[in-house]
Amino acid sequence: MSEIAEKVKKIVVEHLGVEESKVTPEASFIDDLGADSLDTVELVMAFEEAFNVEIPEDAAEKISTVKDAIEYIERQKAA
Amino acid sequence: MFRLDGKRALITGASGGIGAAIARALHAQGAEVILSGTRRPALEALAAELGGRARVIPADLSEAAASDALIAAATEGGAALDILVNNAGLTRDALALRLKDEDWEKVLAVDLTAPFRLSRAALKTMIRRRWGRIINIASIVGVTGNPGQANYAAAKAGLIGMTKSLAQEVAARGVTVNAIAPGFIETPMTEALSEAQRAALAERIPIGRLGRPEDVAAACVYLASEEAGWVTGTTLHVNGGMAMP
Ligand SMILES: NC(=O)c1ccc[n+]([C@@H]2O[C@H](COP(=O)([O-])OP(=O)(O)OC[C@H]3O[C@@H](n4cnc5c(N)ncnc54)[C@H](OP(=O)(O)O)[C@@H]3O)[C@@H](O)[C@H]2O)c1
Repeated sequence: MSEIAEKVKKIVVEHLGVEESKVTPEASFIDDLGADSLDTVELVMAFEEAFNVEIPEDAAEKISTVKDAIEYIERQKAA
Repeated sequence: MFRLDGKRALITGASGGIGAAIARALHAQGAEVILSGTRRPALEALAAELGGRARVIPADLSEAAASDALIAAATEGGAALDILVNNAGLTRDALALRLKDEDWEKVLAVDLTAPFRLSRAALKTMIRRRWGRIINIASIVGVTGNPGQANYAAAKAGLIGMTKSLAQEVAARGVTVNAIAPGFIETPMTEALSEAQRAALAERIPIGRLGRPEDVAAACVYLASEEAGWVTGTTLHVNGGMAMP
């Protein structure tokens, strides 16, 4: 797993208080990990802070799974 | 009941009549208070009067960057902010036909935009800690309107609408957002009135007197308390019965 993926996973575990094993790439924050809409906003803000990237609202709306988050941040970091 | 020991509260407009009373009341309940306003000497005099548990952080909230900077200073080093009282406010009265753009904008900036920015920044730490109280000092004028105060009434009505929206957004996180709508309160502002003007005002108030800053402060203590944890999105009218919306 990439460094980014691990960091994302760690943030999700911390913020949502879920077990690490549940945080699979396909896991949906809302449907599988019990997040509500405010949790997803908090997660996006935590990602922004941890990776020093800006995630605009329209991009944030499309981040619904762990994989979405990892891929978005990897793209920003590669750019 | 209504103790606030161990809580940290930021009060804007603490150099003013109502803000100072709110700061004193929260402090008396055990809270640590951060006093903000533009006039540093007045804030420092209040801090000295309170003794311990009081800090001064001046800010001119008509400046766009001031709100974020104020919350950053209040939470420096990861310090908690439990209670935010958006009390700073000003008026620039004129009949609409004569109301200048700059007076519209100034009132909206200080009375509505700054409370939004302060709330947005404070909510980040409150949500994380799963506890918070935001109390917005609106005005009865925001509900009834008042000739000569289109700007002020719009800002205060906006504050009430904002209160309800924020309350719904953060309710599940142990954070409540409420408003207080004072009626006529005796402050340096109303001291300029003549005895006859006061009597005329009091006649419109069923309880028969103008309000005191302490009347507003008591409502604020209640809304800040643990005990008020099931009250959110509401506007508490403190007006001697003058209006019952
Ligand atoms: N008095 C009433 O009858 C009444 C009725 C309904 C609602 N209210 C509301 O109650 C609140 C307090 O009013 P008050 O009667 O206590 O009036 P006040 O004595 O004039 O106090 C106003 C406070 O707001 C602060 N303030 C004004 N402009 C500011 C700015 N640009 N940046 C930062 N702070 C600023 C002032 O700080 P500095 O002096 O240090 O600049 C002062 O501490 C206001 O929101 C007002 O609209 C009052």
